[in-house]
Amino acid sequence: MSKRNIVAVLFFCLVAVFFIFAALLMHPFGEIEESSMDDYIINNAQQDTGANNGVTSVVFDYRGFDTLGEATILFTAVASVIMIFRRLKND
Amino acid sequence: MTEMSKIVKTITAITFPFVTIYGLYIIMHGHLTPGGGFQGGAVVASACAMILVAYGSKWVLDRVKEKNLSVFESLGAIGFIGIAFFGLIFGAVFFKNFLVGSNFLFGIIPASGSGLADINTGGVLPLMNLAVGLKVIAGLFAIVLVMAYATTSYKEGKK
Repeated sequence: MSKRNIVAVLFFCLVAVFFIFAALLMHPFGEIEESSMDDYIINNAQQDTGANNGVTSVVFDYRGFDTLGEATILFTAVASVIMIFRRLKND
Repeated sequence: MTEMSKIVKTITAITFPFVTIYGLYIIMHGHLTPGGGFQGGAVVASACAMILVAYGSKWVLDRVKEKNLSVFESLGAIGFIGIAFFGLIFGAVFFKNFLVGSNFLFGIIPASGSGLADINTGGVLPLMNLAVGLKVIAGLFAIVLVMAYATTSYKEGKK
């Protein structure tokens, strides 16, 4: 076993122990400690944004910058795909 | 991509309007029912991909140019950012929902709790859904169209 493999196995064990402890320390599902933000959105989203769909009011209003980033990712994907395949077309 | 048989073409021509209308419905009702711009745009783009598979990329490219699709995609992005900047102008904050409660377009605030939905609500959310929907339709269709055409020209040899 080379030195490189030993280091890799040690690193793998370290990461595995870290993940096992993280899994043991996880909250039980459905029991949250801090719920003030969730309660605010559930209670006030309809009056704040006027939309009945709470998910859309979060995505397009409360977290608008996140959607802007998603739109930018889509734009970049389309631009790069067209850039790659245009070259093959014009040869 | 070459065209498929007459049966596939006919069935595609029959189902294409229904799929498109369903996708546009998802986009337009994004602030009332589950879904929104991204999801409805993906539905409409998959309908366009269905047409592309059935009729072949040459037939589609005679009618739709991918440059025009790029223009529509950029229009959607500009609309989205433009509505956000209008929030900066009218409401002093970027992404401010300036139309809600104004009794103008989409300005009505619904009654609290569950009840009948009104499409004339939501402020700028329907407009943003429309912009993102246009962007996703044009973007995904342009991706599929360009890739399909590139594979056919590769198979036929260099021209």
